[in-house]
Parts: sequence; C-alpha cells; structure tokens
Amino acid sequence: MIKMENVFKRYQNGVTALNGVSIHIEKGEFVYIVGPSGAGKSTFIKLIYREVKPTTGLVEINGVNTSELKEREVPFFRRRIGVVFQDFKLLPKLTVYENIAFALEVIEESPRNIRKRVMEVLELVDLKSKARFLPNELSGGEQQRVSIARAIVNRPDIVIADEPTGNLDPDTSWDIMSVFEDINERGTTIIMATHSKEIVNKMKKRVIAIESGMIVRDESRGEYGYEN
Amino acid sequence: MKIRTFKRHLREGVKNIFRNGWMTVASIGSVTVTLLLVAAFLVIILNLNHMAEKVEEDVIVKVLIDVAASDEDIKTLGHNIKKINQIESVVFSSKDEELDNLIKGMGKEGKSWELFEQDNPLNHAYIIKAKEPQDTAVIAEKIRGFDHVHKVNYGKEVVSQLFEFNKNARIVGIILIVGLVFTAIFLISNTIKLTIMARSTEIGIMKLVGATNGFIRWPFFIEGMLLGMIGSIIPIGVLLAGYYYIVEKLVISVQIPFFELLSFYPFAWQISLVILLIGALIGVWGSIMSVRRFLKV
Repeated sequence: MIKMENVFKRYQNGVTALNGVSIHIEKGEFVYIVGPSGAGKSTFIKLIYREVKPTTGLVEINGVNTSELKEREVPFFRRRIGVVFQDFKLLPKLTVYENIAFALEVIEESPRNIRKRVMEVLELVDLKSKARFLPNELSGGEQQRVSIARAIVNRPDIVIADEPTGNLDPDTSWDIMSVFEDINERGTTIIMATHSKEIVNKMKKRVIAIESGMIVRDESRGEYGYEN
Repeated sequence: MKIRTFKRHLREGVKNIFRNGWMTVASIGSVTVTLLLVAAFLVIILNLNHMAEKVEEDVIVKVLIDVAASDEDIKTLGHNIKKINQIESVVFSSKDEELDNLIKGMGKEGKSWELFEQDNPLNHAYIIKAKEPQDTAVIAEKIRGFDHVHKVNYGKEVVSQLFEFNKNARIVGIILIVGLVFTAIFLISNTIKLTIMARSTEIGIMKLVGATNGFIRWPFFIEGMLLGMIGSIIPIGVLLAGYYYIVEKLVISVQIPFFELLSFYPFAWQISLVILLIGALIGVWGSIMSVRRFLKV
C-alpha cells in the first residue's frame, strides 16, 4: 500500500529532510509518526500525497510510483488519499455541509451522490445537527471533525493526518482519536504525525520514529519515547 | 465538461468580478477605452479602404490625341495601346463626344460651352482602363512615349494621396491600439491575480481533494472573459449610435466627391461583433497570463 525504498529528500535550499528511508505500510494499518520538530515527519507525509517527490529512491502509493506520476494525473491520485491538518483548513464562508460537499463538487460528483455521501460522513463524525453552522460557530474539536469528514467523504484508501490534535485540548483530542479509530476499523489506512505522548502511549498502534531524516525506531504497539 | 460544472464555473467567475471592486472597474475601464479606439480605427480604416477601392475603380487614363494626327495615325496609336498587356479596355472618344461629356458634367454652366460646338477646341481621346488600378501610372508612362500623343491624364494625385493617408492612419492606429491592448491585458491580469490571492486557501483545498487543474483554472478564464466583454458594451453602443448618426444624418447633407461610407447594416454590426470578440480575447489573454504565473497548479 505504502512502500518507500531508500528515499532521500533534499530541498533546493540545501536542507536534507530525509536520509535513506525505507518502510512498508500495509492496507488497514494505523501508524503514528513521531519525532522531534524538524526531523522530517512533514516531508515523510508530503511524500505520501505527492506534495513533494523524492530526490532519489522509490515512493510507491497504492501501486503508483509517485516520481513517474504525470502532473495531470496527480489530481486523480490525490482522490484516493484524504488529508487532515492541524489548522483544519475549512472555508469560513461555507457551512459545515458545504465545506464537505465542496470536496465532492470539485471532483464533479453528481448532486445526488454528494447529498448522500455528505449525510453519511456527517453521521459518522456526529455532526448531523450542525450541518448548517459556519465553521466559526463551532468548537475546535467540531471543526476538526468537519475536516476529517471532508477528508474521508470520497472514500480514500489512505487518510493522512498532520498533528490533527495539535490545536485541541486533551478531552477533545480523544473525541478526534475515536473518530480516526472508527475510520480505521472500516479498513482505511491511517498515517498520523503527532506530538502527543498521551495519545500514542494510551491508544497503542504501530509507531515509526524519525530523527534527522532517518527511521530510528519502528515498533508495532510502540511507545511515544520522548519527553515531549 | 458537464453542464453542471460549467454553470459552477460561470457562477464562480461572476462572483469573482464582484469581489474585486475597484480593480474590476479599472480593468473594465481600460478595456472600454481600448475598444473605443479600436472601433473608431476600424471604422475609419475600413471606410478609407472602401473609398480607395471606389476611386481605383474609377481611375481611367485619358490619352489626348494630337490635333494634327490623321485618321490613320489615330488607328495605329489605338493598335499600339491595345498591345500593352496591363490594359483591360480601350475606348475611342471623338472630340464631339468629349464636348458633350464636358457640357453634361458642368450642368447649368455647360450651356456657355455649347458655343464651341461649331469650332470644337478639344482633342480626340482614347479612354483606357487598367486591369489592376496600381498599374495606371506604368500604363500612362508607356503611352507618353507613343507618336501623336498630345497628353496623358489620370487621377494620379487623388489615388496616391488617399493611399498615403490610409497607410499613415494604419501605422498610427496600430501603434496606439497595441499599446492600449497591452495596458488592458496587464490590468486584467492584475485583477485576476487579486482573485487568485483572495482564494488561495480555497485553491489549496481544491488541489488537496483532487480537483483537476482545468477545473481550478476555468473560473479565472471566465472572469477574464467577462471583464473583457463587459468592457466592450460601451464601445459597441457608441459605435452603433455614432455610425448610425454619421451615415444616416450627417453624410447625406454633405457632398464630397468619392466620399461614400459603408452602409450601416451590416457593417456596423460586423464591427460590433469584432469588438466583442477582441474584448473577450483581451480578457482571456489577461487571465491566462495571471493563471500561469500565480496558479502553480
């Protein structure tokens, strides 16, 4: 599902973000990516949804070598990957419903499918009652649930989350984590970069630790391993 | 593209136009000024061309034959003239016919010329038409060398002046218009840049969820095209009203030789369509420039 072999990434400004990374992640796994700031976690994640291409080495997602992907094929590649960010990235002038529907409108889904799918995911993240609210009328946790709903609305195989609980208080974070666990149980692969020791240590999953651009630890049901 | 999608792009494009306020006004204004000039220029140039063609069609070479020439000489001259291959037709016109024409052409004042009917001072003449009007001068020059030719006349001055003016008008007009077109394109591309900046989050999300580049670009093309087309409304209005006034009211009251304008229909409508298309083109071009530079999709 996700395969990296001997991946190096050096940016144009000379920074080497990844230094020989090899990893396999199977379909349906739930993986934490941990490590200090600036260790290469973000680059690792961006390689998966082809925001960046590796300088050398192989990145294969859903059987597609991202280096060989043509620019005009990227949009279709991305439709099989959902992305969730720390800052939610919701459109402030659109309602909850419209924000989620937006993801389907821009890939030209039929209105009937859009309505059906949006209601399904709103149910899943438990926000059906707030469909007509604007983002700024919601709490941080609710906004993050909207952004998760948007990420999964077109049924991607992989959901990537870059510190999704970074802006949230602990209680709300657990709500979000249970949403991710739900999604994972339905068979979606989840890759989550996080700085939350509590979450990693309590909700035991595979842990990949990245330091100075290298994988220094890869354990199933691992620990966070840092003192924050 | 699905109709639904196209409607969406159209809606977004229109929304963008209202979002940018004064920048929109400025770019529409510059398109308006540009197109006003384009319209005036086109009307003038095309009418001049039309007049030049009219004059050219009328250009004849008149060979006045020496009074001393015998009938035989006149025939020989006629044969020689016919051998010039740029010539379409040669007609002999006796001095009596020439006098009749003169009297007719003078109208009332022609009466006094009737006195000359007894003792006609005019020459016999050959009236020659060229196949191509540009060859007129060459033909005249050749005939000048023949025997028994008294004088060769043709409307040299009128034609060359008209051509000269037409050429100058074209150069000045083109320089002016090219400058204005680029200004308009620049302003439109700036307006669209503002839209792109304002919608950068939205564009980022669209890319993230897998919208194709074409899908992302379309609303900006439509915005540009609409800016251009809105900018063409005033020029078209001015053109239609102005040209109608000139053709139907003004020209009828003035009489100038060769001064004959193209008729209002279909000319004014054709130019209107051209203006609309140029406006749309300027707009699309402006948006393409912006989209290429600021929308690295």
